[in-house]
Amino acid sequence: MTSTASSKTAANLRTTDQVAAGRPVAPSGPIGGVASWVDERTGLAKGGTFLMKKVFPDHWSFMLGEIAMYSMIICLLSGTFLTFWFIPSGGLVHYNGSFLPLQGIEMSEAYRSTLDISFDIRGGLLIRQIHHWAALVFVVAIVVHMMRVFFTGAFRKPREINWVIGCVLSMLALIEGFAGYSLPDDLLSGTGLRAAEGFMESVPILGSYVSYLAFGGPFPGEAIIPRLFIAHVLLIPALLVGLFTAHIILVMVHKHTQYPGPGRTNNNVVGFPLMPVYTAKAGGFFFIVFGLVTAFSALVTINPIWAYGPYDPSPVTAGSQPDWYMGFADGALRLLPGFLEFDLFNKTWSFNVMIGAVLLIPIVYGVAGAYPFFEKWVTGDNREHHLLDRPRNAPVRTAIGAAATAAYLVLFFAAGNDIMAIKLNLSINDITNLMRVLFFVLPVVVFWSTKRICLALQHRDRDKVLHGRESGYNYMTPDGAFHGVHEPLDELERWTLVQHETLLPSELGTGVDAHGVANPSKPSPRRARWSRFYFKDTLPAPTPAQLEQAAKDAHHGHGDVPAIDRSHSTH
Amino acid sequence: MNDNGHLVPAPDAAVAPVSGDDRFQDPGLPPHVHRLADTDPRAAKRAERQVVALFALSAIATILFLVFYFAIDPESTVFVPFMGAVKAMNLALGVTSAACLFFIGIGAVHWAKTLMPDAEVAEERHELRSSDADRAKAVGLLQDGAQSAQLDRRPMLKVAAGGALSLFALPFVVQIVGSLGKKQPKGVIDELKSTIWDIPKTGPNANKAIRLVRDPVLTPIKAEEVTIGSVFHVLPETIKESEHVLEDKGKAAVLMMRLNPTDLKVQKAKDWGYEGIVAYSKICTHVGCPVGLYEQVTHHLLCPCHQSTFDITNDCEVIFGPAKRPLPQLKITVDDEGYLVAPQGFTEAVGPSFWSRS
Amino acid sequence: MNALAAKRRHPATLAVVLFLGLLVTGGVYTLFAPKTAGATAVAAETVDAGHKLFLANCATCHGVNAQGTKDGPSLIGVGAAGVDFQVSSGRMPMLSPNVQAPRTEPIKYSEEEVAAMAGYVASLAPGPAIPGEKYTNGSIGDAAKGGEIYRVNCAMCHNYAGSGGALTRGKYAPSLTASDVTGQRIYEAMLTGPQSMPVFNDMNVSPQEKADVIAFIDHLQTQPSEGGMNLGNMGPVPEGLFVWIFGLGSLILCAVWLGQKAA
Repeated sequence: MTSTASSKTAANLRTTDQVAAGRPVAPSGPIGGVASWVDERTGLAKGGTFLMKKVFPDHWSFMLGEIAMYSMIICLLSGTFLTFWFIPSGGLVHYNGSFLPLQGIEMSEAYRSTLDISFDIRGGLLIRQIHHWAALVFVVAIVVHMMRVFFTGAFRKPREINWVIGCVLSMLALIEGFAGYSLPDDLLSGTGLRAAEGFMESVPILGSYVSYLAFGGPFPGEAIIPRLFIAHVLLIPALLVGLFTAHIILVMVHKHTQYPGPGRTNNNVVGFPLMPVYTAKAGGFFFIVFGLVTAFSALVTINPIWAYGPYDPSPVTAGSQPDWYMGFADGALRLLPGFLEFDLFNKTWSFNVMIGAVLLIPIVYGVAGAYPFFEKWVTGDNREHHLLDRPRNAPVRTAIGAAATAAYLVLFFAAGNDIMAIKLNLSINDITNLMRVLFFVLPVVVFWSTKRICLALQHRDRDKVLHGRESGYNYMTPDGAFHGVHEPLDELERWTLVQHETLLPSELGTGVDAHGVANPSKPSPRRARWSRFYFKDTLPAPTPAQLEQAAKDAHHGHGDVPAIDRSHSTH
Repeated sequence: MNDNGHLVPAPDAAVAPVSGDDRFQDPGLPPHVHRLADTDPRAAKRAERQVVALFALSAIATILFLVFYFAIDPESTVFVPFMGAVKAMNLALGVTSAACLFFIGIGAVHWAKTLMPDAEVAEERHELRSSDADRAKAVGLLQDGAQSAQLDRRPMLKVAAGGALSLFALPFVVQIVGSLGKKQPKGVIDELKSTIWDIPKTGPNANKAIRLVRDPVLTPIKAEEVTIGSVFHVLPETIKESEHVLEDKGKAAVLMMRLNPTDLKVQKAKDWGYEGIVAYSKICTHVGCPVGLYEQVTHHLLCPCHQSTFDITNDCEVIFGPAKRPLPQLKITVDDEGYLVAPQGFTEAVGPSFWSRS
Repeated sequence: MNALAAKRRHPATLAVVLFLGLLVTGGVYTLFAPKTAGATAVAAETVDAGHKLFLANCATCHGVNAQGTKDGPSLIGVGAAGVDFQVSSGRMPMLSPNVQAPRTEPIKYSEEEVAAMAGYVASLAPGPAIPGEKYTNGSIGDAAKGGEIYRVNCAMCHNYAGSGGALTRGKYAPSLTASDVTGQRIYEAMLTGPQSMPVFNDMNVSPQEKADVIAFIDHLQTQPSEGGMNLGNMGPVPEGLFVWIFGLGSLILCAVWLGQKAA
């Protein structure tokens, strides 16, 4: 391992370094002195070296989880400032601050304190906007990070626990955001709380009592704001911090996964060490994320609560939507038809509300959280996986993910049906009916086409390996035919395209698979069917023998092909 | 996992045969390519200058932030192209703090990219599974501990400890749950079914019809003020004495419109109205948003939250959207001074459906 | 018989009379036909002039006597305010059948022509009159009170900041933030309840309250965007779009740059 340290001090010794027996290393310089003081009281040198040597692979898609982590830290920092000024009370007061269009209006203390932060505290509006933009970026990053992990198969053993922790973190982030933007008690978020009360009431048997429990009586009451405040600044952040610490520790223990490539195997991790490269890059990236979020907060208004007005159950604004991450649930509520509510045995069953508002989020996260275990059951693969899959090499998993994304997106865009109607001059009724159909049809279409695209890409990779890359040069044979000159891949480029292993469908109950390998655990018929569904269109990676054969065929078919000599090429 | 600690396929995995010689071999890490700054001292110097400049920009931005913090009037606005007139303080503080943070980040990353070593390093992985010896040790310790605690000989210990532990959380749960809500169970359902439109049977206002007043100014309404095509947002006059205004409004908000009586197709709706003036609960029967949008020509009411649409000519039956039940109607008439009054409250629960609604 | 009488009986008389009749009709039409905004107006401010304009531009859909046809409602009783609102905002005459008549610019009539048509329709039956300056210029209105009234009565269709909102079947409540949404037109719209908009007569929302609302809408039109670009003031939807496109986009660009090998 290369070392940039020129002097050996206690702080940058490696455990493998030779040290003169028995003599303690003298600390040099102020850093050495402090480190020595700490080490004499904590024994941190060994742990410190362990951490500083850790290697992290370099790929932009691995930074998505970091974006989420940094956004959360930004929320913690900006949120702390806000707690100095925000008053979590539903008690009614009259406004007397500097924003004239609300002068003298009756509002809750929570709303008034938020107005004071926005208008009467220097930099208060900036901090509020940083807090809210960072929260939006947080959930965006979580979703994109989850998608990266899913499509590359990074949830496979040994990372199933981390995937489940991640799903819980994701769900907590949604709830945290909802609680947060409901705190200012403005008209828009208050309408959301009103809807939340309706959601609670739709729960059979217990619903009305749950609603009275949560709101401390009839809606809106004065208890919900302080309770949401405690959930938002104490309870959920504690869970988030605890779980994401476990999440990071597991990443350190498992070491990060890596994309396949030359020199990268399932038994190593190739990248840069934490000290100094990753400290600089990851630390620098924190400042980049913070800087960009601050830039958004300087240039783009978010959550202008002064314009919404204070919450009152009587007024409402056109274009009432929750923040984007709750959009899929809101969209589900707009699409679910009314006939799903009915009276039976003198009791009201409101499935039109329950399915979208109460059941959807647990079902989505439950299914997502269970997926690694389901896939393991289908493949029977019990090995550790540290090399990521290229999505095209797992076509059915990729297609399932794409179809789920399509269903999610239909619900997500359904939440904006009235905004789409007014901006695109369409009828909300037509948009709603179209989306009701699309919710069922689009995922099927997307599944099929994604799978086909993955298989086509696999064929293209195979083609590139066996026949080389099209160089753009053409030549004419004496009989007048034109052929393209193909540049063969060098072994570094080729490796990424051939390294993947192919999984075959497991056979049904014969005890032996198609290649005569003993299979002591007979798969059940159901598992065999799923296994076929996943793997029947498998395209194995090209082999050296096939490459040789292809080269022979090329010569026979095209006569003497002028080879492209890389050392003389002008490009 | 074989003896070298390397991973091999488990026997029950359905894996394509890896006949060792017929697969491409890993060519190993690609050869390291030096950066300009590695070989050319002038390029390295240039990179150093760039990093220093980026950090310096950040420091300058911080100083500007401090200047603006004290110098800018919080009320002042500034016109920016594409943004319009914006608050100067937010823009100035935001841009300078963004620059201060961003340039530190860019500087650190540029430093890492150009001057820090970029030769790739490979760290070996080890199987996560503990060795069989370690596992045996751990299991052994657990078993010894259980044995020395005499758990196997004295099963009642286990039962009693388990019982006590499984109960200990109950006081916390009961305390929290019991103190969160206020009403006895029966009271909850009764309260959900009542509104302040209900005529009290006792007290100073016993059996007196309640006047309709305008929201938010709370003045009473005469029937002749409601012309065809009008919509009035209405509250009961008793809201003025309410001690829980928002809670009462949340069930008592009413929308009142005047149609041509021939447009009202349901007889009961006509009877409960007054000469074509009809009043319906404004609280949506889906999840409780105010159904405020009145389309004067089609006589439809639209809820902005999830687009439930109610047809006034048909007693507010749902004609589109996720709601199921029509909006409850409030019976109205006029008193002897010509003001609109409600002689009775709602005859069904208003707002979203709940289990014991009927 | 004198010479004139003899000429009257000339065989070409009929042709000449017809020709003259066409000239007169054509001439009158030319004089009174819709002009571009820059053309000089010749119409006089009389009910009669308004009647002629009405017949030329409105009668096809609204009936020769404004009684209404299947293509357009009756205008009897809409008053001068109704006509002034619809015509001066360019909504009427509607260019083609549609779920809703949009605001258009520039309008085809001069102020005098609009006033003439308004006067004619007002003469048919009593109806809301054009409001006076006192209440429409917003100077006597209290924007805070107006905001409260606006949020109860108007925001559910026109949105909290007047950005407009969707109604059913492709109809919509238009945005109120353009500067040509003047106090007079706001007052008239509330008074007459154009198209899907309900009527907010002076007994429901008093003239002072209307002035308050006008002051509030004036504030909506002139307020600075406090925290930066306001993305159209349509709530969380454009905020979400921004963060996914520009937020995530810029962050990913930085991440990609971070991972690239330096030159």
